[in-house]
Amino acid sequence: MRYLPLTPEDRAAMLNTIGAASVDDFYEDVPQSARLDGQIKGLPDHQGELAVERHMARLAAKNTTASDGPFFVGAGAYKHHVPASVDMIIQRSEFLTTYTPYQPEIAQGTLQTLFEFQTQVAAMTAMDVANASMYDGSTACAEAAVMACRVTRRKKVVLSGGLHPHYAEATRLLCEAQGIEVVQLAPAIDGELELASNVDDATACVIGQSPNVFGTVTDLSPVADAAHEKKALLVSVFTEAVSLGLVTPPGEMGADIAVGEGQSIGNPLTFGGPYVGLFACTQKLVRQMPGRLCGETVDADGARGFVLTLSTREQHIRRDKATSNICTNSGLCALAFTAHMTLLGGKGLKQLAELNHEAACDLADALDEVPGVNILTPRFFNEFAFETPVDAEAVLAMLDERGILGGVRISRMLPEGGMGNVIIAAATECTTQDDIAAYAAALKEVI
Amino acid sequence: MGMQSIGRPTTPVSALPGGGETISGSKGLQQREDLIFEVGSPDKTGVDLPTPKGRKSRLGGVTRAQDTGLPGLSEPEAVRHYMRLSQKNYAIDLGLFPLGSCTMKHNPRLNEKAARMPGFADVHPMQPQRTVQGALELIDELATWLKTLTGMPAVAMSPKAGAHGELCGMLAIRQALIARGEGDTRKRVLVPASAHGTNPATAIQCGFVVDEIKADARGRVDIADLKSKLEATDDIAGIMLTNPNTCGLFETDIKEIADLIHAAGGYFYCDGANFNAIVGRVRPGDLGVDAMHINLHKTFSTPHGGGGPGSGPTVLSEALAPYAPVPYVVKDEDGFRLIEHIEGEASEAFGRMIAFHGQMGMFVRALTYMLSHGADGLKQVAEDAVLNANYVQARLKSVMTPAFEGYCMHEALFSDAFTADGIETIDIAKALIDEGYHPMTMYFPLVVHGAMLIEPTETESKQELDRFCDALAGVATRAADGDEAMKGAPYFAPMKRLDETQAARKPVLKWAPPAPEAIAAE
Repeated sequence: MRYLPLTPEDRAAMLNTIGAASVDDFYEDVPQSARLDGQIKGLPDHQGELAVERHMARLAAKNTTASDGPFFVGAGAYKHHVPASVDMIIQRSEFLTTYTPYQPEIAQGTLQTLFEFQTQVAAMTAMDVANASMYDGSTACAEAAVMACRVTRRKKVVLSGGLHPHYAEATRLLCEAQGIEVVQLAPAIDGELELASNVDDATACVIGQSPNVFGTVTDLSPVADAAHEKKALLVSVFTEAVSLGLVTPPGEMGADIAVGEGQSIGNPLTFGGPYVGLFACTQKLVRQMPGRLCGETVDADGARGFVLTLSTREQHIRRDKATSNICTNSGLCALAFTAHMTLLGGKGLKQLAELNHEAACDLADALDEVPGVNILTPRFFNEFAFETPVDAEAVLAMLDERGILGGVRISRMLPEGGMGNVIIAAATECTTQDDIAAYAAALKEVI
Repeated sequence: MGMQSIGRPTTPVSALPGGGETISGSKGLQQREDLIFEVGSPDKTGVDLPTPKGRKSRLGGVTRAQDTGLPGLSEPEAVRHYMRLSQKNYAIDLGLFPLGSCTMKHNPRLNEKAARMPGFADVHPMQPQRTVQGALELIDELATWLKTLTGMPAVAMSPKAGAHGELCGMLAIRQALIARGEGDTRKRVLVPASAHGTNPATAIQCGFVVDEIKADARGRVDIADLKSKLEATDDIAGIMLTNPNTCGLFETDIKEIADLIHAAGGYFYCDGANFNAIVGRVRPGDLGVDAMHINLHKTFSTPHGGGGPGSGPTVLSEALAPYAPVPYVVKDEDGFRLIEHIEGEASEAFGRMIAFHGQMGMFVRALTYMLSHGADGLKQVAEDAVLNANYVQARLKSVMTPAFEGYCMHEALFSDAFTADGIETIDIAKALIDEGYHPMTMYFPLVVHGAMLIEPTETESKQELDRFCDALAGVATRAADGDEAMKGAPYFAPMKRLDETQAARKPVLKWAPPAPEAIAAE
């Protein structure tokens, strides 16, 4: 057993030191009726590396990858190029195999990267402060909603019709468990500003998204003004972090809390996780934030160092009074994010965002030429919704037969949304002109 | 003698010049490393991207006004930055990491290799299901392992960490109570005083109220206190109990506790953080558990990554299975498919917890680990983990104070009763850093004064355990003797003790450029 260092002689010697006859002695507190006789049935015995690797490779081979052909799937997760050095950095043992940095004297590596991560996220979102990450964008959104209720002492949140439906569902679940009323506006491709007329004196926050799930970018400033007039908060959501290089960021629109998905920077698609939730807010809300925070301090010699801080918000100190039950964050994914951002810098991020936007513009131009296609998203970053005369599920299946993964149908996320023919298509820096031409040609065949 | 010193023998110097300070700020292999904001430049980038064509924007004017101003680093600078920082971290790959309740075991590299196969890493969660049959099969296969190892009929795969799994289990209980028409009346959740902080925090997040039950003198749930609470109230929603518990002990009366809770109309949530002690030897399903999360990053060796990502699949009993969250995987004659909405066969699901399907990258690693160990190996895992902990307890009990009598499970718990006045648990922890080890869990569980919780895990050899025990025994002896020098420890770490009070009083949570007057003064 290659992961177990003890030899039979070691075990015997150790039992002797302990004064036990066998390991069974250690399990004497287990009720007799729950003690298993021998090993658990129905599972295979141990296998060598080669056999296990073959098993996993066989499963992996059954999936179509995002690099196998023209690929336009987005809607909350995006195919981007990750520099080779990023994966090398996160596989460094000292980062990969360490724990949450509770012992700062021997965890400055993790802590300094978290401090840099927080600074980068705050700058990208144009917010005052950011935490050390959440599980993903959807759980960050749900936590933002309940945080807004804590801050305002109100119990009602309003979700835009362009908020990612999965984010809306995760938010509704957590809110309703806590007795918070959730108002969901009807699905709308360009309806974020409707939040402004749906805020009242009982509203804790309104939650809008830009770019939204249909790809529409919106300046949410009028929503922020309307919310603030009623002493409510604006939570501004994004699922595509690369958009922050080009699109008006939450802080420039007056958002009180900004949340989003950070997968696009540094992290592979991996069928939906692990990803990295980004969470930022204004300075005055910082003590109501969920999650880990890293702060600067000095050591006994006066040297600059970093520690986890404001932990009196957290479950391991405050228990039932904590701001959240979150314990782990998404440390290694946050490291991938910050390492990729360190390579990009602000300049590289902007350039990457421009390339994404241009690829999507080229795609929209090409699809617009296809008879029957109607581009629905008025202003977009790197994805947009379009309609065809044919059911979207059938269109995507026919594109799939032609080796093209053409996007996400709205009806998969919103079965009752009445948008059965609408597809969301995304383009990134990975999208080539050949991919776009192939998509347009195939679409012409199938509709 | 190395090439570089031929003809130029080095001369030993007895004292450190300049009080141990260097001009560069580095100390031998410990390289000084400034923040990226101090070394990088906003004009620089470490990626070579094509030049945008400059075509007309379709953003409709919704564009960023202010640049981020973030610095970029070239690849050699960036790689060096992270390498230098990495060397300021302790890690399992460097040595024994005895954090109790955290199960810091070896992370096999085959797991990492498998997770990076493009067929897993380069697959989008919203691709047509025909194109992700291998991913769905993997989830189903892992689910089968988890159900079989726990003896439970169902598992929710989407929770993203242990605490998120707790949330899943408690939301399932909430939904079951709603279905019974008792959602508004049963609000009380019993939580032992020794519980992880996440337990009460989770109960509150689900709209429950928390009622603490006492521990008895043996470190287990005080059955008399539990019974009196159950008799005094009729609003019990359930109990959240860790087993083996946070004192490293198996809850002897666990079946009776389960029966009592069920008889009172409540459900039994088991915190599965310590499953590593019993995997392959005891099935929680045989103990009357209704819901239990499994930390894949503990028992099943996925890396802790400096604080996540975790993964917390949550097994559910027959009573709670109908309320499992969407999405989940089912198999039928056409292959595997996802149930993504609260309708049809999932009409009783309590909702959706996350955007997609769970921590696939962690699923790949955990299944790789399970297949490597097999049913026989996992049983050996539990036995070696418990043997190692008992060995540590046996070796240290003469110089430290075991919190409870008798054998432990996978972790050994000591109180600070053996220390001299003025020496505290934290001083022992920091002195252990100087001995080359990460400290044990300190001051947890709360029911033991100055608690020190040591979990060596099964991936330590006897030689490593002996080295560790020798070091800790020496530190413990210094603590018993009242060695004041321990108050200054660590002395050999990259940093001295850090001022956490200052950090919290005036939080500095991001880098800011130095003020202009400071620059002028330099």
